[in-house]
Amino acid sequence: MRVAHANREALALGLVPGLTLADARARVPEVAVADLDRAADRALLRRIADWCDRFTPLTACDGDDAVMLDITGCVHLFGGEAAMRAEAVARLGFMGLTVRAAIAATPDAARAVARYSAQGVVAPGDEAAAVRPLPVAALGLDGERALALSRAGLKTIADIADRPRAPLAARFGAELMERLARVLGETDHPISPDRPAPELMVERRFADPIAHAGDIDATLAGLARGLSRRLEEHGLGGRRFEASFFRADGAVRRIAIASGRPVRDARILARLYAERLDALADPLDPGFGFDMVRLAALSCEAMAERQARFDGGDEGDEAVGELIDRLSARFGPARVMRFAAADSHVPERGFHAVDAIAAPGAAPAWPVAVPDEPPVAPLRLFAPPQPVETMAEVPDGPPLRFRWRRIVHDIVAAEGPERIAPEWWRDGEDALTRDYFRVEDRHGRRFWLFREGLYGRETERPRWYLHGLFA
Amino acid sequence: MIERDILARLRQSLACIEDRKWAGTSPPERFALGVGAIDAALGGGLPRRAVHEVFAAAMADSGAACGFGLGLALRMAGMAAVAGEGRPIVWVQQAMAARQHGLLNPNGLAEFGASPSLFILIETRDALQALRTAHEAVRCAALGAVVMELWGPAKELGLAESRRLCLAAAGSGVGLVVLRLEADPQPSAAFSRWSVAAAPSVTLEAAAPGHPRFDLNLLRHRGGPGSGRWRVEWNRDELVFRQPALSGAVVSLPSHRPAGATAWRDAG
Repeated sequence: MRVAHANREALALGLVPGLTLADARARVPEVAVADLDRAADRALLRRIADWCDRFTPLTACDGDDAVMLDITGCVHLFGGEAAMRAEAVARLGFMGLTVRAAIAATPDAARAVARYSAQGVVAPGDEAAAVRPLPVAALGLDGERALALSRAGLKTIADIADRPRAPLAARFGAELMERLARVLGETDHPISPDRPAPELMVERRFADPIAHAGDIDATLAGLARGLSRRLEEHGLGGRRFEASFFRADGAVRRIAIASGRPVRDARILARLYAERLDALADPLDPGFGFDMVRLAALSCEAMAERQARFDGGDEGDEAVGELIDRLSARFGPARVMRFAAADSHVPERGFHAVDAIAAPGAAPAWPVAVPDEPPVAPLRLFAPPQPVETMAEVPDGPPLRFRWRRIVHDIVAAEGPERIAPEWWRDGEDALTRDYFRVEDRHGRRFWLFREGLYGRETERPRWYLHGLFA
Repeated sequence: MIERDILARLRQSLACIEDRKWAGTSPPERFALGVGAIDAALGGGLPRRAVHEVFAAAMADSGAACGFGLGLALRMAGMAAVAGEGRPIVWVQQAMAARQHGLLNPNGLAEFGASPSLFILIETRDALQALRTAHEAVRCAALGAVVMELWGPAKELGLAESRRLCLAAAGSGVGLVVLRLEADPQPSAAFSRWSVAAAPSVTLEAAAPGHPRFDLNLLRHRGGPGSGRWRVEWNRDELVFRQPALSGAVVSLPSHRPAGATAWRDAG
């Protein structure tokens, strides 16, 4: 067992990562040791990256122990680079974390400076000067190549940067040159953020964290108005939204809603959120309060201004769409359904229940009923079919009577069989044929029964099921 | 004598209140069921902007109750027989109803004459959620009709709640059909209350079951004489109820029914 990480005090005592645990214990017998838990480390890093979302939406976990923020265009909100860095370090410090932070024009320069230098902020253009004194390890090469460089006597970045590059590239590979150029700020390599940057967002910060439901609602309503204005300026409507609640203790709760059509109206947006928050299975927990709330439009679509008509016509679709959005926000999109026809003769596959919020796709037409014939498909369909006990005159004829839920139904009229062959391409070769019968009992109740399996050919004891109820 | 006066006066003032209720909105627009005798007994059909309750007479009559409820909703929505036209119908279904009596089958809707694409189905966990959803849906004036399907006693639907639904329906003009499965009729503010049982159909050739038929029992009808029993048949092609044709096989009354129940008034 070896030391994987050591804190500042341990490092001061010479307990460096890589030392065997036995050696470390021999040197400092009272050393406190904990098992390495990479999953927990990653989760913590993920949470820190989430928390850093408050500075910029473009955040990414960087390796196992770093978070990279792209703060382009966000700096002025925090009063300059130095102030922003100080705020981040101080806030993370309150959470009990020891942080090294650096700001530079390129991610690689920032990474090198943060790890190997005490300089906090590197002004644009000064990257080369800032990284030149740093050890070659700051290039972030793998162990073998770093060893090769040190064997060649190249200790600092300046040693490499001052030499002609072609021979170095020939000896140590093109990757070294690529890394060097990045660290020196000669080429930029943008980060890939963990979560996509929203198209538009508005946020509000609080000096005193808010915790009351009323305050949260009012904040959301205000943010909705702000976002609505932004959407209007861009001629857009949002389809997916996300509200992020940043708790004072660092936890971040994100709540997303979707809409069936582009939404811009602040009133509708606030109402959708009211529905969603009202129906949350695990309610919003403000803890000691939220110190920032953000509302973002994750995906937008162009939305033309509509002129309301005097006679109020043409607003029906709009109103139904709003109703679907509200109900979907409350119950989840999967519980609010529309029907689409499907090409299958197996009854339970003869249709799809699709989310009403989704755009209707191309679907086959519904079967057309034959005029003056009674309905041949039941109004209600059991899923799964209900097993029933039957008594039949002949093995492949309709039953004489059947028992369903402890009630015996004597059959007086029957039509069938309607034979439905199994879909072998889905269910396999062993699937059984179904013979459907439309039957009516003595009291006029109409049922849809089927026998699973052809008697004598597929099975010796076919089973019967009740699959539907007719009107 | 005096007591009788008081009673008369009370009745009068009650009648005034009842009248005034409709005075604010336009007089209730009615839809006919299509069977002369029923429509006459109802005073020209049922009001569109109101709540109508449909109870399944027995556990196994859920299919019939569903058919009659759907028929009412289609009449209410005035759905054109042409597929894809008309206003949407919102169908709110309590999960337990779906589990015990099956899911709504769109192919069955099409066979019943409705256009499945116009239906919006919402499955709710319990009766309370169903009530809230139905209330929300009824207030949306762009709908053709709303059907709320409840399973079991559903204590949540009390007088106050059903009154609220009635007010919402009167305000928006969207009617609500409350479909009650495995439940006993209980007081509510609904305009009409029906108990529906399946009726033997006139069998087709080779003893195949015929068109859907229902035995209706009008339990309550606000603003009119409150009872009646009829047997009706659903005409899928014209989306209307009709008086069962007597031609063909003679409708035999089931032997299990008590003697009193044989006094079926033939519609028409």
